[in-house]
Amino acid sequence: MKELRDKRVIRGLLSEIEKRTQELPYSPRIMEVCGTHTMTVHRYGLKNMLERAGVKMVSGPGCPVCITPNEIHEAAIGLVTENENFILTTFGDMTRVPTRKSSLQKAVPAAGSMVKIVYSPRESLEIAVSNPEKQIVFFGVGFETTIPAIALTLKEAFEKSLANFSILSALWIIPPPLRAIVEAKEIAIDGFLYPGHVSTIIGVKPYQFIAEEFGIPGAITGFEPSDILLGLSSILDQIKEGKATVANEYSRVVRASGNPKALAVMEEMLETKDAYWRGLGLIPQSGLKIKKEYSAYDAEVRFNLSIKGGSGDLPGCRCGEVLQGLIFPPQCPLFVKKCNPDSPHGPCMVSFEGACFVYYKYNPKIK
Amino acid sequence: MCLGIPARVVQIDESDLGKVDYLGTRVITNFALLENIKVGDWVIVHAGFAISKLNEEEARETFSILKEMAEKEALENKHKERKKQGKK
Ligand code: SF4
Repeated sequence: MKELRDKRVIRGLLSEIEKRTQELPYSPRIMEVCGTHTMTVHRYGLKNMLERAGVKMVSGPGCPVCITPNEIHEAAIGLVTENENFILTTFGDMTRVPTRKSSLQKAVPAAGSMVKIVYSPRESLEIAVSNPEKQIVFFGVGFETTIPAIALTLKEAFEKSLANFSILSALWIIPPPLRAIVEAKEIAIDGFLYPGHVSTIIGVKPYQFIAEEFGIPGAITGFEPSDILLGLSSILDQIKEGKATVANEYSRVVRASGNPKALAVMEEMLETKDAYWRGLGLIPQSGLKIKKEYSAYDAEVRFNLSIKGGSGDLPGCRCGEVLQGLIFPPQCPLFVKKCNPDSPHGPCMVSFEGACFVYYKYNPKIK
Repeated sequence: MCLGIPARVVQIDESDLGKVDYLGTRVITNFALLENIKVGDWVIVHAGFAISKLNEEEARETFSILKEMAEKEALENKHKERKKQGKK
């Protein structure tokens, strides 16, 4: 595995990339869709090295914590602050997102209630079993990488007829927002680096429309620096040859047809719905909800929440524009001064994969 | 959020539960999303679930491409060095 971070390999790949960009009359703008890619790009200093080699990297909407609209975060806060004997479980990042109603971390829970951070959705089931007198809601957020785990947890709860467990879902699927970004034409994208782990689940086909309908090249890549550079070389080759495909540069992990078992459990338990994304607005068929047959486990139904999902950033926060690749974090007037990891003003500064956090963390000059 | 770690399966039972070894730490993992997993396999683990099995042949292929790159880079650098020295 050490080859993936070898400096000589990185230098070699960069010079290959430079050779290719020198033949182009412009600097191609490539969107890394996934927040974990954004992290690699900055952590290893690739952003600047690539800029010098003639490639502009733009961050995309691939941070589920970030794109979940405030209204859903606020519904979760409402659940633990307004109901007694309630345990809300969720992934760590979710607890720090600031909203008009404070954050899960800072809000004061009702009597006998609490927020509990979990690493796996399954832990919530164990908590439900050992706390039969309390209601447990798992605030489940994620893309296709995480959704099968949540669907399987839901299935287990259903099979065990757990009476005190439900899921507040914030589940998003990746291909529809890519269509939205391309169709909006606010920013010209010359190529997409597709998310490696989302692709382990969905495979290659769901991205094909971007190549076929819009003629934009792309490559699925892994998360090591060399993976990213291999993906970019493939995209540049496609540009040079005037063709567009979905190359799989992460074949050690991604199968062309994805993960059939994971897809089956998603299909069994969940169905698509139109959904609001922070910054991107309403995108047709871009979210998943729990199927009617299992609505007893749907927190929105069980607790009568009416989440419309349209509300966006807190005043001043431009996370929505960051997520669309329209501005870079330093262009937000609050960046660093009023918004930093110790006191985040928006979700893009909370999540380890949020573009604002990543810019802050890996660019020592701006601090 | 989509972070996945490559880890080796060290234990698995009939109900698809078991453990992986990640840099010496044993992590409880659910294998129900994969088929035919056995001890010794490499998998990608995300949020307590194994979501993909590593294809070792494909991995070797990628690594050998990268190794070649590194060697080529070393060679080109040598050439450059020589040219520079020649000019002096
Ligand atoms: S720096 Fe903070 S306030 Fe500005 S866009 Fe990012 S998260 Fe929002």
